[in-house]
Formats: sequence, structure tokens, C-alpha cells
Amino acid sequence: MIRYIRRAAALLLVLLVALLLNAARIQVLDADSLDNNPANRRLTIARYDQPRGNILVGGRSVTGSKNTGEQLKYERTYRNGPLYAPVTGYASQTYGTTLIENAEDSVLSGTDSMLAPFPLWNEITRSQQPGGNVVTTVKDSMQRAAYEGLGGRRGAVAAVEPSTGKILALVSTPSYDPGRLSGTGPSVTDAWERLNASKSLPMLNRAIRQTYPPGSTFKVVTAAAALDAEVVTDPDADTDTPSPYVLPGTSTTLPNEARGCEEASLAEAIRVSCNTVMADLGVRVGLKGMVDAVQKFGFNDTGLRIPSGVAKSNFDTEMTDDQLALSSIGQFDTTATPLQMAMVASAVANGGDLMRPYLVDRTTTRGGTTVHQKGSRTYHRAMNPRTAMQLRDMMVDVVENGTGSNAAIDGVTVGGKTGTAQHGIDNSGRPYAWFISWAQAPGSAQPAVAVAVVVEDAAANRADISGGGSAAPIARSVMAAALGG
Amino acid sequence: MTATTADAPPPDLRLPKRRGVELLLLIGAVLISVYGYAAVGLAKNGAVPPDVAGYGAGLGLLALLAHLAVRFRAPYADPLLLPIAVLLNGLGLVLIYRLDLETPKDQAAPTQLIWSTLGVALFIAVVVLLRDHRVLQRYAYLSVATALVLMIVPIFFPAVNGAKIWIRVGGFSFQPGEFAKILLAVFFAAYLAANRNALAYTGRRIWRLQLPTGRVLGPIVAIWLLSVGVLVLERDLGTSLLFFGLFVIMLYVATGRTGWIAVGLLLAAVGAFVVGSFEPHVHSRVQDWLDPFASIDAGQGPGQLAQSLFAFAAGGMLGAGLGLGHSILIGFAAKSDFILATAGEELGLTGLTAVFLLYALLVARGYRAGLALRDPFGRLLAIGLASILALQVFVIAGGVMGLIPLTGMAMPFLAQGGSSVVTNWIIVALLIRVSDQARRPQPGQVETGIIAPIARDER
Repeated sequence: MIRYIRRAAALLLVLLVALLLNAARIQVLDADSLDNNPANRRLTIARYDQPRGNILVGGRSVTGSKNTGEQLKYERTYRNGPLYAPVTGYASQTYGTTLIENAEDSVLSGTDSMLAPFPLWNEITRSQQPGGNVVTTVKDSMQRAAYEGLGGRRGAVAAVEPSTGKILALVSTPSYDPGRLSGTGPSVTDAWERLNASKSLPMLNRAIRQTYPPGSTFKVVTAAAALDAEVVTDPDADTDTPSPYVLPGTSTTLPNEARGCEEASLAEAIRVSCNTVMADLGVRVGLKGMVDAVQKFGFNDTGLRIPSGVAKSNFDTEMTDDQLALSSIGQFDTTATPLQMAMVASAVANGGDLMRPYLVDRTTTRGGTTVHQKGSRTYHRAMNPRTAMQLRDMMVDVVENGTGSNAAIDGVTVGGKTGTAQHGIDNSGRPYAWFISWAQAPGSAQPAVAVAVVVEDAAANRADISGGGSAAPIARSVMAAALGG
Repeated sequence: MTATTADAPPPDLRLPKRRGVELLLLIGAVLISVYGYAAVGLAKNGAVPPDVAGYGAGLGLLALLAHLAVRFRAPYADPLLLPIAVLLNGLGLVLIYRLDLETPKDQAAPTQLIWSTLGVALFIAVVVLLRDHRVLQRYAYLSVATALVLMIVPIFFPAVNGAKIWIRVGGFSFQPGEFAKILLAVFFAAYLAANRNALAYTGRRIWRLQLPTGRVLGPIVAIWLLSVGVLVLERDLGTSLLFFGLFVIMLYVATGRTGWIAVGLLLAAVGAFVVGSFEPHVHSRVQDWLDPFASIDAGQGPGQLAQSLFAFAAGGMLGAGLGLGHSILIGFAAKSDFILATAGEELGLTGLTAVFLLYALLVARGYRAGLALRDPFGRLLAIGLASILALQVFVIAGGVMGLIPLTGMAMPFLAQGGSSVVTNWIIVALLIRVSDQARRPQPGQVETGIIAPIARDER
């Protein structure tokens, strides 16, 4: 019997070894794939197990975290959520993250390996660090000025510092409170559905994710192209342009809304916003020249990130001359984000150097030690310095003597350009009011700010919607806030 | 060689009883459990639980009483059995208490503590009252009759979670099948001890298999029918597997006939296949085992087995630490059938291996007692009881870790379940009793090792 007992014991030993090998298989060999299975809640639980890092505007945090005591412990809170929503985005336990909450998630959630005191620390200790903070470039007073200026109308404001590319304000209205999407449960899904169903698209970040036909504000780009290509050598010399202008290859005539455009000089055409002159100049620069020029301003760039992706501003690369003529005055298929047009104004103000726009100044650990510092970088040289000087004068002229007088600030050099973009089939859509501008304080070597404002005002009639009327006062208050320290 | 060895008889040979070792190990077992209890409190609430001293004192008192019973009534018993049982029981209480913190409305640890106390009381009763295990041999047929009744009764009670293994009277419920295990082991041991020669040496030889005669074939067929009956009527695959495995092992140990094993495995395979294919409850378990993640792909979220595997994986090599895992995600049965997942997640592969080795040691000591005993009944009883523990651990641990299809069964001592913990304490008490018998010095043994002088004279 002893022999059989030993054999039975050997059988049980086999079972034990099977259990141990199987345990090693699950807990060591297959552990990674099981841990990362999307149905495994542990990663989610760990993610919300500590307060999320904060997003700072002007040294003050505009976000927070509250302990809910639920399985997913910490929920995001926002101070003044609607105001900063186009900057922060939302961090929802149900719907994921957007904008800075998304782009800097690894720092905010504490998983970024740079937050750890030593390399591989998190991996070895299987821990995560306290969530780090994100310091934005946004200037609180400007953000408020832009938000209040828009006053709930559909529209957007983007403001950058021309010499660095820092985004000083990024506003989109109507906005929403991202805090209502933070948690889980029916109230969150209801809010989500209501926001998505809303016709005013409150969750759309119009400043960087929506493109509009830029209308007359695009004439600044066409003017830069014409000057750089030496199609125009003297901005004050008459151009040989008839008014009305017959689009090349067609019998369609292009009218002017302004008077005195017949054979007007470039400077005059910018000041009163002559369609004919600019359309003709665009055709004379030629398709290739125009495409090269606009791309130096950032058009057709699908990879621009601030760090969130910016929608591509479009200028067609294959067109007939009549289409090119319309494109050159910001119509046809030409579209731009408000940020893109702010970059145009900034390039002019900064002597032709276009800095890469950025929204995150630096990221820090919870304790405040800098983890990553984003410096300013040149994006493109958008035009020759000489061209920039000439365009600066023209834009100043627009504000001092032309359509942009509403943007003037006493004692400050302000350059601007209005735009009224009509769109839709036979221009039946509601027109958009545009204004792009920059401002430079007296005695300052560098321009303080470049702004683009777009107002899509559904309620107003067409005559009221003009860049000078609706958009310029907003740009003025944003610039005033920028100059006000 | 001189005659000195014969002239000077050796001093009284005192076999070591090892009771001191047992006491030390018991202190260790209680301290480890108390430490675990404190660690859970520190991890979950940042403070040692206020009743940690009371918990430690209670567990220590139980261990001390059990130790005293063993010291006075089974002084030669194996010193490892009791400490391992106390440690596993203490660890189980810690794990259940830890899971209770996640389910404030469903507190299982206090009940489990009461059952553990009852278990230890029965342990003491068995050790004190049962002076010689051979007494049990007389009650073989009474045992099997009681076992059958215990197994049949739950059929008349409503199914709980798909299995008809519960008796519920008022708020009180227990699984009679748990007690039936011991009774069946007693019956098998007695029957096989009496009939093993007839079983082993009669019968026909077909090809290379020695098959039994029809007369002795009766009991094995009866047992096979019994386990399949349990399977079909009670939908309890685990108990069925356990009974059958137990019988096959004991039969093999008694007769040494591989033919029996072959027949047994064949019958088991046929039974399992038929039931696995046609019985929906068992069939779904098999499907779950073949593809634990099917419900995820179907968009219904992870099933219990998938959650269990997630928990084990989350533990990794060293574990998340007591109180720091999320095995409660398993949901239903997290404290009973799936308790091992909590051990796996919070103690890691290291801790899980330690737990498995504790079980292995417990089983090995049972087998060792079986080897050392002289009477066939005692041997078979020791092997049977130890095998019950081993098979239970394999069936449920293999089930929750995806090695074999999952069957509802309690992890001995660890899992929530009163009937189970009481039964396991009785099993340990019986193992204590047989090991005491095995290690006790035999009368007439004093001559061992001395060469009889007569042999030398003849040369």
C-alpha cells in the first residue's frame, strides 16, 4: 500500500505544480495584457484615486478636484468653467478628456515618467506621482475681456503675443461648464446629450476647431504676397485695376462695397477694403505664389498643435484664375480659424516673423518644480521685414482713417483689418464679422498683442454685421487689457 | 562487536512529542493573522482597527484551547497540522474582513468568526472524545446512509445561485454536502480496508487491464451514479468531481489497480462530457472557461472569471498589499468561491504560492500519517481526508484561475462559508487523531535496533 500512497502523493504534487505554473502564467506572463484589458476597471480606478493636477491661468488654478467617496474617487471641478472651457477642455470619467486636459493628461494624472524622482521609479514601485500642474500662457484679464465682449453671441477670440507666440486669450462662446461632465451617472449623460444636441454647439471650440471664410481680413495675406512677389513695389502707387472687375475667364463681375476702388493703390485698397484690387493682385501673384505665401502664414498646415490640434485653415492648391481671384479676397474655399487670423496679424506686427503659437507655458510637479518648459520657437518667416513694415503702416491707416476706427486706443499704435464674410449658397448664410488687429504701446520695442475676433451673429441684419461694427470693439477691449499690464 | 550493547540497555527512549514546537508555530500563526488584520486597517482607514487586540486575543484563545486539547489528548500528533489550520483560518478571516470594508451592508467576517469558533469547538470535541480512530470503522454503513440523506435533502430546497446544495431554515443556512465528505471518506476507508484483497486480486483480465468481478463492481457503479446524480440533481459539479476523485484515489491506494483508475476516469469523462454538453448551468461554466473574455467581446462587460483573472494579474509578483486591491470588482461570491483572487491580488504570486504551500504541507502531513500508520483503515482514512483537502484546493483554485472549468466550492478555511469551515476543522481533528496514533510509540518496540544476542551465538 505504501507504494500506492506515494504514487497518489505524486499525483497531488502534479496538481500542485499545475496550480503554481498556472498562477505564474496569470500573474506574471499574462499580467500585462490582463492589466491593460479595456474591460479591467483597475487602471480607471487608479487614475481617479488621487486629485488631478491643476491648470493655472495667471498663477491661479482654474481647476480643482473633489473627493466623491465613490469607486472613482476624485472628480474634476472648474472655477468659472465656461470662461476657460476653450482652454482647459473637460476631464470626464465618462467621456474622456479634451484640449489641455487631454494633451497634458499624463502630467495632470501623475503618470508622466518625468514627474518621478528617478527614472523608472513609477515602473518599479508600481505607483504614480501626485498629479502635476499645467501653467498656461493665458492672461486672465484678456480672457475675461474677450468673453464679456462676445457677450454670449456666437463667436470666438484668439489673441497671441507676436514676439513669442504665447496665446494670451482663447475664447469661444456660447460656452459650457465642463464641470458638469466630470463624473459618471445620469446627470452627466444628460448634460452631455443636451450639450451635443444644442444648436449653438457650446462644446465647439470655435477659436481653434472651427474655420470660417476670413473675408476681407485675408486681404492682408494677399497684400503680403503681392509685396513679397514684387507685383506691387509701391503701396501708394495706383494699380491698374478696373472696377467692377471681371473675373478672369468668366463674364462674372466682382463688385466693390466700398467706393473709390477704381485703380486704387494697395494702401487705399486695404484701407477701404477693395475687392477688385486685391482679387486682381492675387491673380497677378499667381496660384503658386499665393499658395507659397499663405502656407508661410500657416494655411494648409494640418499638424499645428498648441498642444491641442488646430483645425486646418484652407487655401486651395488647385484652382482656376477666377477661383484664385475669389480666394484672394477670403472667399471661395478659403477658410481660417480665428487663431490662424491672429497669427496673420501677429506676423505683420512682429516684422514678418511668425512665432509658433502655444498655450502651455510649462508643466510642474505638484510641488512646483518645473518638469517641462516650452520655449517660443519661430514657426515661419511669413514675409520680408520690409513688407511687414509697409503692411503695419497700412493696417494702422485702417484704424486711424479707415474701416477699423472702432479699435483705436488713445496713444497706442493699433493696426487692424475688418472683414465681413458672406457664405452659403448665393451668400444666403449669415455673414460673419471679422476683425484682426495688433497693438504696440508707445515706447515699447515690441507689439504687445495680436488679436482675431469673429462674431457669427445670427440675430443681426446684414448691414450691422461688419467687422468694424461688431468685432472691432471686442478686439479693442482685449488689446486694452493686454496693454493694461 | 562486543556484548556491551546488550549488556547496557539504552535509557528510556523518549519519542519527541513536539508540542512546544506546535505552540511556537501557533503563536506565529496568530501573530501573522493579527498583523494582516492591522495591515488591512492601516491601508484602508489609515489606522489600526480598534478591535485588533480583541481579535488577536480571540484567535489566540481559540488556538490555545485547541492546543491544550491536542497536548492532553493527542500528545504525539503532528505539530504542523494545527498551526497551519489556524493560520489559514486567520488569514481567511482577514481577507473576509478586508472585503467587508468594501460592502458595508454585507458583513460576513463576524459570522465567519462564529463559525470558526464552532469549528474549533468541534475540533476539540473530536480530539477529546474520539480516543481511537478505529472506532469509526464500526459505523461505516451508518456513515454512508447519513451521507446519502445529507446529500439528498437539499434537492427539496430551492436552488441558490443555480445550485441546489443549501438547506435554509429561517435565516440559518448550511451545505450538508460538506459534512457528507467526511462521512463518505470514513465509509470508503472502512469498505476498502475490508474488501481490498477481493477487489485487487479477483476479476477478469481484458487486454492489459485487470477488471473487477461483477459482485464487487456494484459499489463503484453506485458511487459513480451517486456523483452523477449529485451533478444532475444539485447542479454541483464541484462536489461531484470531489467525490469521484476521492473515491478513485482511495481505491487506487487500497488496491493498486490501474485498471480501476482507467475505468473510473473513463466513466468520469463520459459523465462530465454528457452533463457539460446538455446541462445548461454546467455548460455555461465550460463555455466561460474556454473563453473567459467572451462577454467583454459581446459588450456585456467582464464576467466573474474574467474579473477574477484581472485580480490575479493585478497582484503580479509581490501583490498590491492587503487592503489595496480591487478584487471586490468580482462582485457576487468575492468572499466565498473567489476569495483566492483577493489573496492573489493583494499578496501577489509570492503570497499565493505561500498559501498553496501551506495547503500542500497540510496534505503532506496527512499523507505522512497515512504512511506511518499500520492499520489499513487508518491509512485509508488519513489518505482520504488529506485528499479531500487537496482536491478541494485544486478544483476551486484551478477554477478561479482558469485552469479548469469553474465549479462552486469553498477554499478550505479561507472562504466564507460556515459548513465548510466547520467541516475542515473536523477533518483536521481527525488528521490530528490519526497522526497521534501514527507517531505514538508502539508497545514492544523497545527491541528495535538491537541485534539479538542469540543470533551472534549461533554464528
